[in-house]
Amino acid sequence: METINGNSATLTSHSRRSVLQWSGGAVATIAIAGGILPNFGITEAMAADLGKGDIGVLNYAYALEQLEAAFYTKVIDSPYQDMPDAEKQTLTDIKDHEVEHREFLKKALGGKAIPDLEVDFSKVDFTKRESVLGTAKVFEDLGVAAYNGAGKLIKNPDYLTAAGKIVSVEARHAATIRDLLKPKSASFAGPDVVDKNGLDGAKPPAAVLKAAGPFIKTKVTANSVVGMK
Amino acid sequence: MNTHSLIGQLDPELVSKLVKSRRGIFTSAAKSLGIFASAPLVLAAASTQVFSKGLPKQIVNTLNFALTLEYIESAFYKSALEKDFIPKEYKDVFTIIGKHEAEHVKFLSGALGSAAVKAPKADFTAGGKYADVFSNFDTFLTLSQTFEDLGVAAYKGQAGNLMANGDILTAALQIHSVEARHAAIVRRIGGKKAWDSAFDEPMTKDDVLAAAKPFLKA
Repeated sequence: METINGNSATLTSHSRRSVLQWSGGAVATIAIAGGILPNFGITEAMAADLGKGDIGVLNYAYALEQLEAAFYTKVIDSPYQDMPDAEKQTLTDIKDHEVEHREFLKKALGGKAIPDLEVDFSKVDFTKRESVLGTAKVFEDLGVAAYNGAGKLIKNPDYLTAAGKIVSVEARHAATIRDLLKPKSASFAGPDVVDKNGLDGAKPPAAVLKAAGPFIKTKVTANSVVGMK
Repeated sequence: MNTHSLIGQLDPELVSKLVKSRRGIFTSAAKSLGIFASAPLVLAAASTQVFSKGLPKQIVNTLNFALTLEYIESAFYKSALEKDFIPKEYKDVFTIIGKHEAEHVKFLSGALGSAAVKAPKADFTAGGKYADVFSNFDTFLTLSQTFEDLGVAAYKGQAGNLMANGDILTAALQIHSVEARHAAIVRRIGGKKAWDSAFDEPMTKDDVLAAAKPFLKA
């Protein structure tokens, strides 16, 4: 079991009290059944944990940044075979950015931040460049689409600007990872991510959580779910 | 009917979303057409009333500011791709960037309808300062990066002005991240890092216009 900060004992005991696993499948199902709530389509049970309104959106972003930071930390801790120096520098920069994003959001949320997430990268072969960069591509494109889709859910203009300062860096990452995979091609902004109006992806939280679900093990603490009216 | 509207050529899914978000106006436009019209047709018919009456002035002004930048970018790549100086290995990259900028122009013009501003007259040599912009790839790269990073900062700075309309804000954010993808690849081609730091800073409209001014004919 991996944790973001390595304090797995705390997190594990924390998560045992949980009844609701944060899996995209569950979220999507209940979101459809319950209709889309003002707090961006996450179920009421989840909203109680992530928080409502802007806090909920920030916690959502915080969760994604935790996931990305954990992933790149592992990439740098155990580099794939024959990782060229330039690539290592690039991936180290990206790791540093994701850690900064995570810490920025954590600080902004203060006492309302969700706990550290447990992640599951068992499907990633960290010894293989293709597996690592392929996963990075998924995370970066997903991050871009997540922020793009969440922008309209934010009420405070300062938070919107802050999210904007992060999302374009995620887009720079996405383009860079795509360029590493298919150098000098149109893939950095290919038709699989940019539509015929020249628009990048924008996904609602339920779709993002569904895509991220397989990489997140954390059972969101259920105290507030139990106490839900 | 505004026959010059380009909005009928937009993505049907997006159009239906816009139609949904402005249902009242579109219903009346559909009725005035007297037929069971497709969404794009209704939108084309209604674009003038929607955007002269329906959208807050702040949003119209902001979209026109974005459109002006897109006109500049689109013209820049169009001029460049007409010449024969971009190394073959980078043709695909600049072709798709140019395509996106043209799509952004079309998209924003379509959204604004009759309220859209006209394209400014551009001078990409900036009065001779960059005389070899369309013959020297390094000069071209410098300006390309300038326009792309400027575009990213400009959209970011305007996001708050679009909050009154969620669909328009989302579309602007979707353009914003495409500009960031462009900026990243152009920087990489120039042998630079794709980023300056973990956070991209916004720019005010005044600062963006001041930066773009040398490339506009008076």
